[in-house]
Formats: sequence, structure tokens, C-alpha cells
Amino acid sequence: MKILVCIKQVPDMESKFKVAAEGTWYDNQDLAWRMNEYDEYAVEQAVRLKEQVGDADLTVLSIGSDKVKETMKKALAMGCDRGAHIADDAAWNKEPFQVAGIIAEYARDKGFDVIFTGMQSQDRGSGQVGVLVAEMLELPSVSTIVDFGYEAGTIIAKRELEGGIKAKVKVQAPAVVTCQLGLNTPRYPTLPNIMKAKKKELLSIPVAELLKVNARMETANMFFPEKKGGGLVLEGEAGELADRLISILKDKTTVLK
Amino acid sequence: MKILLIAEYRDGKLLTGYTEQLGFAEKMGAEIVMFLAGSDSALPNYGGKLYLADASSCGEFNPDAHKKMILEVVAKEQPDMVALAHSSYGWDLAPRLAYGMQAAQVSEVVDVQDKLLVVPACNSKLRRSIRCTTGQTVVTLQAGAFKPVELSAAPQVEKVSMTAEGRVIFEGYEAAAAGGVDLTKAEIIVSAGRGIGKPENVAMIAGLAKALGGEYGASRPVVDSAWVEHNRQVGTTGQTVAPKLYVACGISGAIQHLAGMKKSEFVVAINTDKDAPIGEVADVLVVADLMQFVPIFTEKVQAL
Ligand SMILES: Cc1cc2nc3c(=O)[nH]c(=O)nc-3n(C[C@H](O)[C@H](O)[C@H](O)COP(=O)(O)OP(=O)(O)OC[C@H]3O[C@@H](n4cnc5c(N)ncnc54)[C@H](O)[C@@H]3O)c2cc1C
Repeated sequence: MKILVCIKQVPDMESKFKVAAEGTWYDNQDLAWRMNEYDEYAVEQAVRLKEQVGDADLTVLSIGSDKVKETMKKALAMGCDRGAHIADDAAWNKEPFQVAGIIAEYARDKGFDVIFTGMQSQDRGSGQVGVLVAEMLELPSVSTIVDFGYEAGTIIAKRELEGGIKAKVKVQAPAVVTCQLGLNTPRYPTLPNIMKAKKKELLSIPVAELLKVNARMETANMFFPEKKGGGLVLEGEAGELADRLISILKDKTTVLK
Repeated sequence: MKILLIAEYRDGKLLTGYTEQLGFAEKMGAEIVMFLAGSDSALPNYGGKLYLADASSCGEFNPDAHKKMILEVVAKEQPDMVALAHSSYGWDLAPRLAYGMQAAQVSEVVDVQDKLLVVPACNSKLRRSIRCTTGQTVVTLQAGAFKPVELSAAPQVEKVSMTAEGRVIFEGYEAAAAGGVDLTKAEIIVSAGRGIGKPENVAMIAGLAKALGGEYGASRPVVDSAWVEHNRQVGTTGQTVAPKLYVACGISGAIQHLAGMKKSEFVVAINTDKDAPIGEVADVLVVADLMQFVPIFTEKVQAL
């Protein structure tokens, strides 16, 4: 069996963001980078599938500059067998259709049985790539899964809907699934596995070899949302803050008598 | 400009999100047509043309079939834009339609400024305005972003010939786990977010809730990690609450969380990050480490 999992490196969302000089994306300096949260579930599920079927080869793919290899190494340490790094210093500026195009081009004749992606990235948040990859490869796809099972070529999954309801679905592999938060509990790479990961294949492919589609949209402008809430911001020492909050609650609400 | 709106139907019911799609179309000053895979016993309130497929035959969830039927409507109507809700149905279907239409897809639109669609980035800390280079576009709309429009007229229904074929087989719904606490009845809710750091700290949040005479809730990561049970989760995939007081401890304020609590009468957020989006809905943002602040605050509340 051949499995592909696609991951993205994103900044920690608690970072202090600045808009870059060109005005169309955030400044990538002084940020802490990590694996997109949704992709951690995708990697874990892909590794579990490999463990379940035994005879499987699991590739992790990521598009970006050299620094995304750090995140790929985590996926390798979690249990992926090999890495396909699509080298692209301008990856930040690719829109979902191009990202999907690159992945589909890479995957096209490799015969992957299951392709995992996160349901969306934390920074761009489009939620399109996984489903688009499937469309481009003419594969069926199931998005937003919170449960995944595999039995003799059939994927049995649950999609998460609003209000905590789930839809039970079945689909025949080859297929693409996009992973939602809470799908599983991603493992922490152990030290021996981190060491082993260093010896695994991590091949870089120039993006120009795989990018065959044009962008269909562009960011005109990136900006900070207008602060609407006239909320009060309290800063200071904890004890003093507590007193101030209590007096506000007494003043503005009926909950403290 | 003409927009094709895709209404939603689930478990035998028409979902009300289409009213926000109508609000969006109004804001765009567009002519409207609508598609629904649903039932003629639950029609949207809207006086225009409705292409209706019978969900009992084509399936409520059958992406291949829905895609095919909608693309046929698109071919006939030639809309400039197809608009869906940014929901589990919408974000699943939109890329399929966009691919079929060779159209750009803009996800989770929150606003329209100077004719450009605006979408969030980085957990809503940032916004982007988007320029599309394709003739037709597909968009999904963030829930709550556009003012709902209710039209009292009945639609002119045109039945769509059905396709039931599809590769993804839908086998039914699984209800959310029931029982336990009913957060929707609580007047005061103190919620724990990922900022609490470890499961042992749930007790601290529950302690503050008790001191205030309320219940404790949680954001999704806390529930996903099984530190708190699912019926205490606040947000789109949990409970929607509107207590007199909502205290968000270590919660960043992702849109899916906000959707579940923004109607609260008074919101207090405790967060180390002054720029956390929760600040947008908070009446008071206490910039502090909850590990220090919550125990002291709890003690002082108990002493009242
Ligand atoms: C389809 C879908 C449905 C979803 N449904 C829901 C839902 O129903 N409910 C929900 O909550 N989420 C939901 N989510 C997830 C949502 O997008 C966010 O990932 C989630 O709400 C983040 O939870 P959080 O704020 O607790 O964690 P984070 O975003 O990680 O935020 C943690 C916060 O804690 C602060 N912090 C850290 N340490 C401290 C400290 N010591 N003291 C004070 N503050 C601290 C940080 O500054 C940060 O702001 C959904 C996502 C998707 C895609």
C-alpha cells in the first residue's frame, strides 16, 4: 500500500503578526514555526494506517522553503518513511488551486491508495487543497473527518457536521481524506525515532517541475481587522486586576451580589 | 451580476443559513437563483427561482451527485458567482464546483469592501481582500457575517432531474452525545481553553465557576484532549450559549468558538496575548497569566 500525507508549516498563531512590506501577506520574520495543527492529525492517522496494514510505504510531502524540512522531520520521526520536499521559496504566495496542482502533479502516477491532508491550514484557512487534489486526480474525497477506519480497500469514516453531529460515510480507496481536529491523539516523536528520522530519505524537488497551473486569484491587500469591540483592556499585577474586575462585574452585571 | 445560492438541507430539515446568503446577494446587488437538494415540503422563503432536487432520491450527502446537478444548473443559468455557506456541506462542495467550473474559490468570506471579497487569515488575527482572475467565482460565506434576509414569498420551483450515483456512500447520522450538564441553561459560564496547559488545571477553572455560582465549559482542544467531556464544549460543533456572564480563560477566540458564545451578555477574557481575537467580543480583556490570575480572582470572589 502507498500512502501520502501532505503537511504545511505555519507560524504559531499566538505570534505577534506584522503585515509584510508588499502588503499581501504577513512578515515571516521573528515567528515560531510549527506543523499546521490539522496536519498533525493527518500524519498520525497515516502512520496508524501504515501500522495497521503492515506492508505500506508512507510519504510526507510539504511545499516551502528549506525551513519546512524541520517540520517534515517531525513527521518522519512520527513514522513517515520518506519525505518529498517541494522546494518553493514563494510558497507563501501560492493560492490553494496552485498548491493542489503541485500536489496532484506529484501524486499523479505514484499510485497512492490513500492521501491524507489537514482540512485547512491555520494561516490561510481556505480548506480547499485536499478536495481539489482529489478532483484533479479524479479520486473521491471525504472532508472534515473525525473518525477513520480502513478495511480491505474500504475507508469507513465519520465527517463532522455542525452541532457535534457526524455523518457516517464509506468510500473505496484510492481516495483523499481531509482531517479535522480531534481525529486522534497525535504521538510525540520519541528520541530514538528522532534519531532514526535523520537517516530517512528527504528529497527536494524544484517546484517548477510540478507547477503546471496558474493562479486564479490573488491577495489584493492584507490588513488587521478594525477593532470593533469597545472592550476594556486591563493590565497590571494579578491581585489588583482581580479587584478591578470584581468592581466592574458589580457595576456592569448582576452576577455578583 | 447573477449569483446562484446553494441552500442546505439536513436530516429532513431546511437549514436557515440561506437567509444570510440572501443578505450577501443583496449586499452584492445581485440577481438571485437558488439550488436546493431538499424537499418540496420544506422550501426556503424567497420569491425567485429554485432548482429543487429531491434529497430522498439523490441523497442529502452525496458530493458527486450534488456537484453534477449544480453544474447542470450553472451551465443553464450562467451565474457570475456560486455562493454557499462556509459549513461542513459548503466547504466540502465548493472546491468540487470550482474545479468543475474552472473558477476561483474564495473561502469564508466575511465582508465585501470596494467590491473585493474579504476573508480572515491566521485565526482571524488578519484579513485579506481577494482579487479573482476568473470570470466565474465560487464563494463560501462565514456564518453570521451577513445580515439574514427573510423574504415571505414562495419560490418558483423547477425540479432538477436526479443523479443518485456517487462514490462516497452516506450511511446515516450519528447524534452528538447526549446527557450530562446542559450548558445552555447556565447563567454564568467559565470556560477553559488550551491556555490552561494541562488537564489538572480544569479543576481551577471549575473552581472559579463554582465560586461564581455557574458552570464550566471548554474550547474544543480541551475537549479533543479528553480533559473535559464534549457536552461542555462551546462553539459551532458544541453548544451555543448566551449566559449573563461568560469568562474565557486561555481561549484565543477562533470564529468557531465565538459562534457559540458571542451572544453572551457580558464577556470577560483572560489571556496573555493582548491581540488574541477573543478581545473583539470581550467587554473586559484581562491581560494576565491565568495560572496567577484565576486563583487570586477565585479567592476574592469567594470572600465577597
Ligand atoms: C469546523 C471546525 C469546527 C470547530 N468547532 C469548534 C468549537 O465548537 N469550539 C471551539 O472552541 N473550537 C472549535 N474549533 C477549533 C477552533 O478553530 C480553534 O482551534 C479552537 O477554538 C482553539 O481553542 P483555544 O482558544 O482553547 O486554543 P488556542 O487557539 O491554542 O488558544 C489558546 C489561548 O490561550 C492563551 N494562553 C496561553 N497560555 C496562557 C496563560 N498561561 N494564561 C492566559 N492565557 C494563555 C493564548 O494566548 C491563546 O490565545 C473548530 C474548528 C473547525 C475547523
